[in-house]
Amino acid sequence: MLDGVSKRFADGTTAVRDVTLTIADREFVILVGPSGCGKSTTLNMIAGLERISEGELRIDGRRMNERPPRDRDIAMVFQSYALYPHMTVRENIAFPLKLARMPKTEAAAKVRRTAELLDLTEHLDRKPAALSGGQRQRVAMGRAIVRNPKAFLMDEPLSNLDAKLRLQMRTAIARLQKTLGTTTVYVTHDQTEAMTLGDRIVIMDSGLVQQVGTPQELYDHPANLFVAGFLGSPPMNTLPAEVTSDGLATVLGTIPYGSRLRRAVLPHQVVAGIRPEDFQETPAGASFTGTVDLLESTGAEQLAYFTFAAGLSFERDGPPQVVARLGSRSGLRAGEPATLWFNPDAVQVFDPATGANLTPRVPRPGRPGG
Amino acid sequence: MNRLALWLCAPATVVMLAVTGWPILYSVLLSLRRADLRFPQDQEWIGLANYATVLSSPYWWTAFTVTLLITVVSVTIELVLGMAVALVMYRTVTGRGMVRTLVLIPYGIVTVAAAYGWKYAFTPGTGWLTGHAAPLTDPAGAIAIIILAEVWKTTPFMALLLLTGLALVPEELLRAASVDGATRWERFTRVTLPLMRPAILVALLFRTLDAFRIFDNIYVLTGGAQRTSSVSIIAYHNLIGGLNLGIGSTMSVLILVSVALLAALYVRVLPR
Ligand SMILES: Nc1ncnc2c1ncn2[C@@H]1O[C@H](COP(=O)(O)OP(=O)(O)OP(=O)(O)O)[C@@H](O)[C@H]1O
Ligand SMILES: [Mg+2]
Repeated sequence: MLDGVSKRFADGTTAVRDVTLTIADREFVILVGPSGCGKSTTLNMIAGLERISEGELRIDGRRMNERPPRDRDIAMVFQSYALYPHMTVRENIAFPLKLARMPKTEAAAKVRRTAELLDLTEHLDRKPAALSGGQRQRVAMGRAIVRNPKAFLMDEPLSNLDAKLRLQMRTAIARLQKTLGTTTVYVTHDQTEAMTLGDRIVIMDSGLVQQVGTPQELYDHPANLFVAGFLGSPPMNTLPAEVTSDGLATVLGTIPYGSRLRRAVLPHQVVAGIRPEDFQETPAGASFTGTVDLLESTGAEQLAYFTFAAGLSFERDGPPQVVARLGSRSGLRAGEPATLWFNPDAVQVFDPATGANLTPRVPRPGRPGG
Repeated sequence: MNRLALWLCAPATVVMLAVTGWPILYSVLLSLRRADLRFPQDQEWIGLANYATVLSSPYWWTAFTVTLLITVVSVTIELVLGMAVALVMYRTVTGRGMVRTLVLIPYGIVTVAAAYGWKYAFTPGTGWLTGHAAPLTDPAGAIAIIILAEVWKTTPFMALLLLTGLALVPEELLRAASVDGATRWERFTRVTLPLMRPAILVALLFRTLDAFRIFDNIYVLTGGAQRTSSVSIIAYHNLIGGLNLGIGSTMSVLILVSVALLAALYVRVLPR
């Protein structure tokens, strides 16, 4: 558990500001955010590799701030794997046991079991330099799990692998974590990894925690524009909107208030957000018409891009654009006008100044729970 | 193409042969002759007789032992001290340039000048490091002081070589080791040292070869008296003092052979 933890570096940069987070036993927590937002720094503070400038870190209720890493019983997997090049795979995996002065036969048995679990048995006597990226990654995992620590910390463990291997290892890690049931804090900047792996996601930006919750919660109820734009691919469409008596005036036309928004107290100007998959071709609810200027097909689905002449503008990044995610057999054609429909209740509104989500929290249409 | 390459290398090769190859060859030739400048008429080819003379001489073997002793002891101390200094230099955050400059000062001072400094420091009556004792006149004391002068002068060089090796140890490996449960000492012995092995061996190689040829410190401090002569000192005494070119050259060739053997030994343990 982290309690108001902050990190200031010697040069005055505040990398992490007042992070408070309680992690349950056996939980898989993902720290996600753009590059430089302080994820690694947070992880290093938990590991004891960076001094905590402010706040308290407790593990099992005991204050850990002053304890060196080796007294925290935490294992870490580094982005570069950090394997010891002068040791064989066997020695690498056995290293933490050796340091813990575990009897040789017991250690050897543990190393063997770990190698079997990770399919490394035939590489045990090779040096890391003679292994492929995926094998090195597994050795790094092996070195972490062999000692059965209280928690795993992983700092972008998959970012040096190619796309296919990354997918394989992602599921392997998820399965491993479920089998071992070890509390895990996993850092990534990849939102897909975050969404698929974690029990809970912690989204950070510039050293601040933006939102904490299950992947679905964060996706359905982003606390602010940053979270809305970070999760989902393509991200949520955001459009400047003016609040009028009949609805939200946007470049899409006026979006009528759904049952949710009717109850909200809104400022004069807001940002309306709608997910690409909330559009459909079959008439229902509200609609808009525009010209498809680009159609991308991934085989399973199509992404239709609409660009509008700049209307209301308090956004600086170019003319407003809307992306819709449609089935692969949509009748849309690039360069031709099309009409798409959406449920007004799927629209969320954000404060343009603070980015905060102003939508009242009620279950989203068409999805149980929330 | 190939011919051009040869032509391009030719000038350097010729210069090398002229300034190092020829003198070495000439020493070898001299070592096979009776060539004593006190008896210029009495010169002839005598085969390996000079080698037999030198290798059966107790003076040579005393000098050889003294040289080995000085080499082993001073290089060992330099390695330990040099490593400590390198670690300090590596970890220093404030005034890095200042620390490095200060550490290097002894290496920048001419050996002979520094040797005279040590000699005066240990002169009975006036020296600041000795009372009325005369450590330089007793073999053990003299050798200790020679080693001290040697260590003082070349530790910075050792430290500098080791510093480059330290910089090659990835910070992340040390972090990984501390998470794996290593103490500071274990990180040093199990990660830093093994990864520095090539740098350490190169530093040892340089320093051993250098130390084996020790001359100036001994020349100034004792002149080789009290059984403190190194092999280079007795070669010098025979060659320049005794004007015996044959014996002097034989000793020089033997020093060359010893150094070559030492180098071969190191190269053998050095990873490719
Ligand atoms: N030793 C340091 N001294 C000063 N500033 C630092 C130091 N280390 C990191 N920072 C700064 O702290 C901030 C957070 O760094 P951190 O490494 O935690 O980012 P990150 O979220 O892990 O990014 P990435 O995804 O690129 O790994 C960055 O702005 C970085 O410049
Ligand atoms: Mg990072």
